[in-house]
Amino acid sequence: MIFFTTETPAWIVAPVVLPLIAGLFCFLFSHRTFSIALIAALLNFLAVCFLTRQLILFGPMHCHMGGWQPPLGITLRTDGPAVLMLLMTAVTGLGITLYARGYFSHRMVTPVRSDRHRQQQRYFWPLWMLLLAGLNGLFLSNDIFNLYVTLEIVGISAASLAALSGKPASLLASFRYLLVSLLGSLTYLLGVVFLYRSCGVLDLDLVQNLAGDGVEVRAALALLSVGLMLKTALVPLHFWLPPAHANALAPISVILSALVVKGSFYLLFRFWFEVFASIVTSSALNFMGTLGAIAILWGAIQAIRQHRLKLMVAYSTISQLGYLFIAFPLARVAGNAQLWSIVIFMALAHAFAKSAMFMAAGSVYLHLGHDRIKDISGVRSSLPITVFAYGIAGVSLMGLPPSGAFIAKWMLLSSSLASAQWWWALVVMSGSLLAMIYVFRVMSRFFVIPAGLPPDTTEPLSPLMEWPSLVLALISLFLGLLAPWPLLILAEGSTSLAQVFPGGMP
Amino acid sequence: MKTGKVIMGQTRNRHKRLDWIQRLFLLLVLCLTTLLGVILCSSPETAPGLADAVAHLQGRSGVESPVTAVLLNFRGYDTLLEVMVLLLAVIGAWSLTKAPLPDQITDISPVQLGVVRLLVPVMCLVAAYLVWQGSHLAGGAFQGGAIIGAAGVLLLVSELPWLRDIPPLPLRIGLVLGPLVFVGTALFCLLWTGNLLGYPEGAGGWLILLIEAACALSIGLTLALLFAGGRPENELVKADKQTDFPCNRESL
Amino acid sequence: MITTLLYSLTGMVLFGMGLFTLIVHSHPLRKILAVNVMATGVFLILVATAYIPFGKGAIDPVPHAMVLTGIVVSVSVTALALILACRLQETSNLDLRAKTKQSSNTKESGT
Repeated sequence: MIFFTTETPAWIVAPVVLPLIAGLFCFLFSHRTFSIALIAALLNFLAVCFLTRQLILFGPMHCHMGGWQPPLGITLRTDGPAVLMLLMTAVTGLGITLYARGYFSHRMVTPVRSDRHRQQQRYFWPLWMLLLAGLNGLFLSNDIFNLYVTLEIVGISAASLAALSGKPASLLASFRYLLVSLLGSLTYLLGVVFLYRSCGVLDLDLVQNLAGDGVEVRAALALLSVGLMLKTALVPLHFWLPPAHANALAPISVILSALVVKGSFYLLFRFWFEVFASIVTSSALNFMGTLGAIAILWGAIQAIRQHRLKLMVAYSTISQLGYLFIAFPLARVAGNAQLWSIVIFMALAHAFAKSAMFMAAGSVYLHLGHDRIKDISGVRSSLPITVFAYGIAGVSLMGLPPSGAFIAKWMLLSSSLASAQWWWALVVMSGSLLAMIYVFRVMSRFFVIPAGLPPDTTEPLSPLMEWPSLVLALISLFLGLLAPWPLLILAEGSTSLAQVFPGGMP
Repeated sequence: MKTGKVIMGQTRNRHKRLDWIQRLFLLLVLCLTTLLGVILCSSPETAPGLADAVAHLQGRSGVESPVTAVLLNFRGYDTLLEVMVLLLAVIGAWSLTKAPLPDQITDISPVQLGVVRLLVPVMCLVAAYLVWQGSHLAGGAFQGGAIIGAAGVLLLVSELPWLRDIPPLPLRIGLVLGPLVFVGTALFCLLWTGNLLGYPEGAGGWLILLIEAACALSIGLTLALLFAGGRPENELVKADKQTDFPCNRESL
Repeated sequence: MITTLLYSLTGMVLFGMGLFTLIVHSHPLRKILAVNVMATGVFLILVATAYIPFGKGAIDPVPHAMVLTGIVVSVSVTALALILACRLQETSNLDLRAKTKQSSNTKESGT
């Protein structure tokens, strides 16, 4: 027991191992799976809080698996961005666990097809727990091949979850999703091979030091980036996302849209601005920024054109992911620290807001039995909390003042104007305007009292389906007021990181 | 087995001509492949890699085979996650559909039965030998597991009802056994030495063998079940006691 | 050296072929096979990387472990994708059958 003090780096494994064990037990036992999952999500949250405290007190931690040092062994590490992503996953994960419980309980008491719903619930918990473990492993890992394995865990469990509803549309979407994610990870793996050929190591810190600017390393970075862009659904490669996210069961849409796409984006960002920062050219940055700009506009326009609520929310995800990429070309002026805070804020705000919004959309779907936007009038009177949550999440997506997205967009605007690249600012602002259109288009339908027949022949939803979405929406709204703390954590990680590993060594 | 039947169905577009988008794409792929090939050729000598590091630390790993040492000791964490990937595939498959197992036992020709009777025990022996051999030569959990999986597939192809006869809980225990032993050992090491999967001095060989034996069994079962193509009939829980939620309604 | 290069280039060609088939052909089975061919290409390059040319005698075991991991992942994904494709075909067929049955029913009731 002498090994475990609060300074021990071995605590890092907890966010991976806890959900992993929970996943195994959820598969093994057919009863009380929800209790197991809830306990695991809670413990995971506590462990992440502990890691955050450890980071603030003692700085970044490196934990060598099995005690083997980097050139050979695998290293897990915490730093500012990783811990913030873990916090995001843990908080959203807790909300998703509760919401899923409410969702499946509601579905199982309905006599129609109750055995199918029982079956869905039976396999949901182990898949979700293993997905959580894979995501946490992805955020923590510092080994380029281990990252491939975690990407695969996330990809397979996400595709299985997407297929869980069993409807032909979702099966087709999930099949495409599985193939795309496999194509992405194979491209990634080819990049790893190129890198191993030229560097001979797999640890990211060592790669950072050893990778020169040879053509092989550039090819490796291009392959890694394309693979990850495919998994992140950046615009020309986004075709698979809307059907997969919109046709899944409600809690699963939340998982896919709020968390899964963030994993591969986080990795891409780390590669571009930390590991390979010295070989990234500004034309490549501009290229990524352009794709991001197209994503913002195209996603928003498509979201406006949709007739179904969940599809609209899915297209909104594509638009919001664009904001993460539009920050790329500002790296040269804003500096790395500012860039990290823009992107992390944007990711956090989007995760909370989008999970709230998808939860609300799922509740509306379950309540009415459909999600056609033109027929959802009058929901406000029967689901007031859900509609409130939807509105707050919409405010956060638009980026109005107290929200976290506002801070990120403000920093984006100021740095793009400071560097006289006003066109990025224009795109950011028109994206917000379009977001306002698609959010309010639905919001206004909520408040219309339908003429004629009284609407509330439908039943009330359980509180577990309404409150998590409201709480997450409020978190995303007040993230802007809480901004100093995430920035503190971020600074904690990145400053000492910059001291330890000055980028671009030969 | 179902797979084969379904997929032989329709592919008649073999001689369709490529349209211009496809030709453009062909050109693109050709350029890309050539480019990457040229890059591969332009730097023919590869970096030294980790062979020296492995050779240097081999003695402390507890096994003699370098590949097994990398798989289960130096990079054991990778393998731990990889075992989870296999389990995930089974969970995903089970969530999708039931296994199309035959309804009743068809009469098997005595020749086939004899062959199966002869082969399956031999295969199990070979699998056990491969796992044992993994510590010093090529072999190990995955190779052994593949042989066990092949034995299971042989039994499935012969339409013997072994899968139906295993009750659901033991079946799931068999599937989870390998991952569970792996995680359990990892946690044991964490408590003992302070490192996840950091084997205590001298115990490495035995712990690796334990993990490999459990994993081989689970991997074999996993592969056979993936071939079966879904969950067994009796897998799903009957009425859970989970309807105690405060909303009892009939409509919708 | 030449051998290693030959293996690497073959792997690259396999990757390209798989990529082309995956995008162009629409049949699920072809797509799954194409992905497998791509994976084989990557593994081939990886194995070629492990070869150490002169004197050392041994091979680099790390890429071998990576290939083993990759194969296991590829097997799992292939199995899942096949089962998904079957399920897809089943449900779409069922749907089709249900639709035709329904339409014939309405026809009968109409006449």
